[in-house]
Amino acid sequence: MESSIARTDAAVSVRNLVVRSGKTEILKSVSLDIPRNGITVLLGPSGCGKTTLLRSMNRLTDLDPSLSLSGQILIDEDDVLSKQGDITLIRQKMGLLLQKPQPLPMSIFENIAYGMRLKGIRDMVVLRRRVEKHLREVALWDEVKDRLNHSARMLSVGQQQRLCLARGLAINPEIILADEPTSALDPLSSRAIEELFKELKKDYTVVLVTHILRQAKRLADHVIFLYLGDVVEQGPAEEMFNNPKTERFKEYLTLGI
Amino acid sequence: MNSLRKFIRQFEERVALRIMQLSFALIVLVLGAILFTVLSKGLPSVTWEIISQPPQGGYHFGGDGGILNAIVGSLALALGAALLAFLVSLPVALLMNIHLANRKKTLLGVRFVLDVLWGVPSIVYGAFAFTLMIYLGFRASLLAGIVTVTFLIIPIMLRAMDEALQGVPKALMEASTALGATKTQIAWTVYLRSAAPGLITAVMLAFGRGIGDAASVLFTAGYTDYIPTSLGQPVATLPLAIFFQLGSPVPEVRERAYAAAVVLTFLILIISLTSRRLSRVKS
Repeated sequence: MESSIARTDAAVSVRNLVVRSGKTEILKSVSLDIPRNGITVLLGPSGCGKTTLLRSMNRLTDLDPSLSLSGQILIDEDDVLSKQGDITLIRQKMGLLLQKPQPLPMSIFENIAYGMRLKGIRDMVVLRRRVEKHLREVALWDEVKDRLNHSARMLSVGQQQRLCLARGLAINPEIILADEPTSALDPLSSRAIEELFKELKKDYTVVLVTHILRQAKRLADHVIFLYLGDVVEQGPAEEMFNNPKTERFKEYLTLGI
Repeated sequence: MNSLRKFIRQFEERVALRIMQLSFALIVLVLGAILFTVLSKGLPSVTWEIISQPPQGGYHFGGDGGILNAIVGSLALALGAALLAFLVSLPVALLMNIHLANRKKTLLGVRFVLDVLWGVPSIVYGAFAFTLMIYLGFRASLLAGIVTVTFLIIPIMLRAMDEALQGVPKALMEASTALGATKTQIAWTVYLRSAAPGLITAVMLAFGRGIGDAASVLFTAGYTDYIPTSLGQPVATLPLAIFFQLGSPVPEVRERAYAAAVVLTFLILIISLTSRRLSRVKS
């Protein structure tokens, strides 16, 4: 039921995406739909192309000119890969969370305000209100409300990652892209991020790359399994984990490779 | 067998340590000797008169006056050159590290050229600028000196800035790109702030090199007993004040050369301390 609604209303539709680095194909004609809201987990052994797929969605792949992309990635009718659109505006539909938190070299306040300022919000009253709102969304407000002007680098790694999540939310995205966001965190901070994702999936589409199978099982509503640049299997999480259809995915579930 | 090996290893360890300690002692000794010579010969001559007055009549034969002309000249020259070099170096360093960040071969070439330019002796810069001046019909002046020193310190400032910007984590670029920032916005906010301590050090390093260089200003800045009032006038500098006075047959004048050396050393000490202080505040 859920999946049939999702199919007609995808947050991201990827069609025939090929990503090449020189002569090697990192992704070989991938087509998939990421349903709106909920958490979609990209799963697969290292080198399967899951991170590349994630980074293609906001064209962060531009930063590596050795990569060439073809195909279509549709988000709200806009083709991300089209050179005509303004990629910076499309990027602001997605918040990104990296493996290691990367706070900008400025204060806690300015970290959250940065994206809003890029969008042209100058009014300090609005900025203050929104900064508080987004810090509350990631349960960081009470921890930092008295030191908003302190450098964001003073925070613990776990706090930094929540700050980065809040920073992503501050650009009002529809989608949250997360690339192994807990791999640098301690178990407690990892749990905090996972709990946040469970909350956020009500309002946002979360696309999560992870290599931790247990994390995928805890969080996923929808799973896309990649192997050597191909989508091998995809579907609702429960169905996939309880009743894997392909040998590859069965093997991955039992051996983790 | 084992005990022999153990003995050899311990022996190696001890010899290596001794060599390092000796080298360290040598450096401290040389540095100490330099400072001792300059200070013992110069300090007695550093009087209020020396640092507060330009040369009066007969100064160069032991008469009244001081080296204010050279102090002001050196500061004006080095400040002007550091400013000009900064205006050129910063955009180039940002270009190299943001827009050309993936052009590995281009960058390798640029860095090689800059390193060669860094190694070119300053007299060569002086000779080059002198040729240029003759061609353009310039006289030896503050402006010509500033331009020459700018040429001299651009490679230094640029490479030091480049090193500072290379230290900015690549993931920071990804994070800010994902927020919808353009490369230029990332350059002026994220990169500048992130590399600020290193960038300040780069400016100070180049300033220090500029204020201490004699050969590049020998032909281009000229020398005068007066404090210049415009860019077109010749200007005295501390390194040349040392050079000329040290060559004097009058003992009192030679002592004043050491006084100038003390002043120059002191200025460079202030520059280092300021740059350290600023870097720490910024980080």
